[in-house]
Amino acid sequence: MSTQSHSLVMLRRNLKHLTRNPTSVFNAVLMPIIIMLMFVYMFGDAFSVGVDYIDYATPGLILLAVCYGLGATATAVNSDMTKGIINRFKAMDVSRGAVLTGHVITSVLTNLIAIAALVGVAFLLGFSPEASLTDWLAVGGVVVLLAFAAGWFTVALGLSAKSPETAGMAAVPLVMLPFFSSAIVPAEKMGPGLRQFAEYQPFTPIIETVRGLLDSAPDTNDAAVAVAWCVAIALVGYLWARSAFTKRA
Amino acid sequence: MTTPAISVSGLRKAYKDKTVLDGVDFDVHAGTVFCLLGPNGAGKTTTVNVLTTLVQADGGAVRVAGHDIATDAKAVRAAIGVTGQFAAVDELLTGRENLQLMVDLNRRVAGGGARIVADLLDRFELTASADKPTSTYSGGMRRKLDLAMTLVGDPRIIFLDEPTTGLDPRSRRTMWSIVRDLVDDGATIFLTTQYLEEADQLADRLAVLDQGRLVAQGTPEELKRLIPGTHVRLRFSTAAELDAAAGIFPEATRDDDALALRVPADGGTKSLRALLDRLDEHSLSAEECSVRTPDLDDVFLALTGHATEVDTK
Repeated sequence: MSTQSHSLVMLRRNLKHLTRNPTSVFNAVLMPIIIMLMFVYMFGDAFSVGVDYIDYATPGLILLAVCYGLGATATAVNSDMTKGIINRFKAMDVSRGAVLTGHVITSVLTNLIAIAALVGVAFLLGFSPEASLTDWLAVGGVVVLLAFAAGWFTVALGLSAKSPETAGMAAVPLVMLPFFSSAIVPAEKMGPGLRQFAEYQPFTPIIETVRGLLDSAPDTNDAAVAVAWCVAIALVGYLWARSAFTKRA
Repeated sequence: MTTPAISVSGLRKAYKDKTVLDGVDFDVHAGTVFCLLGPNGAGKTTTVNVLTTLVQADGGAVRVAGHDIATDAKAVRAAIGVTGQFAAVDELLTGRENLQLMVDLNRRVAGGGARIVADLLDRFELTASADKPTSTYSGGMRRKLDLAMTLVGDPRIIFLDEPTTGLDPRSRRTMWSIVRDLVDDGATIFLTTQYLEEADQLADRLAVLDQGRLVAQGTPEELKRLIPGTHVRLRFSTAAELDAAAGIFPEATRDDDALALRVPADGGTKSLRALLDRLDEHSLSAEECSVRTPDLDDVFLALTGHATEVDTK
């Protein structure tokens, strides 16, 4: 048996957990849609962003959907660590990282389900992107890359937290981060301080990249910065997760 | 002599400045039950954690199944099965799924393992609840499932950390018979317990751990010779009665402060009746009569000169 097959076993285990505890999936899928409806119907007309608000907001909401799934991942990782089952895995001849890889893949999959649902509803609300098939594939690539990076980072958060509850709380800043980016309104409309923060935080270039791709007018500079951020977050998350995992007996 | 299944020499472990294991040596021979006896905080779980590669030792040499735990942890893990102190089952999965998970993760098992799962469920009397989530299981059922999970892949060396703590007497007996069956099948068992009776029932050899050191080691028979046996304690109301009673039971030891007499006996009704009859013959009656079997406290008192101290961490 190889690392891949052990990771697959762990993935299957996590997916079973999701079916036994569907509330967390509902949260991850429904919350972004509710937020979308709220912004599009309640506030959308109040923001003048130059284009249809649904076309402006969808890319940002896609990222928000990624972030909403993370709380469940952090909680699940931490429950594994605090409930003793991890010691069973560790004392078995099981590939060390399989538990963590399983959680990252589960996280990416829930993200993709949430995004598919969100984009579906966006189309019903009149979302009309210019994107070609290649652009869509690129959007998929960026989203998966972000989900993967955020997944490793969240696994590390989950490993470092003391209890499942604090692990869930630790992911909240990640959920809030897209609100302080160009997801909902363009950064240049924000006040000083917040504007600089929005311009330089990782989500803004990622959102701008997705937005550019959906307009079929990608900005290569944004894209390079976005990919760099994702790779950096994934790397930090992975190394942090690995050291936290080794430390936790 | 063959290589021992487990050999430990000079094992040391400290957490920060607190020494938990302070030079522990012992060997466990293949196909036997070795029991580590000690109160809470003696270092039993730390020993298990080190031997099962969960925690790194600070010093000493440990070989499990012939492999060095420091340099060849992977080979050790492949040879052992571990049931920790707290049931390590996946609560969201059913009993069957938990066992299947172990099959899927086990490199020793070839094929789908449905047969192995069914056999284990049957052997541990869990078939009826096999498809219920383990969160609905009782403590005893969880322990049984936990042990069943450990047995997937037929490990030759099995570690059981306080397998019966918190179980009712009936489940405890079931657990004992399971352990005996495992040994009959040729497995080596490393067991920790707080109960003298359990060690006596199961162990071929036992070691007594006190504050990170082994204070005694041997067969249960050898250790029992070191501690006071079962006895009847008679308490009298006057010193004169105590004197008279001490006269008719020359083998007894007396405690003048408590006006009590400790008469060796086997705890059975026959010897108790004989003892009471002798008191009657001499028209003596005791204020209070109690049968005492030695417990861990007596062992500790006898071996270390102090009672079991629970270290508050």
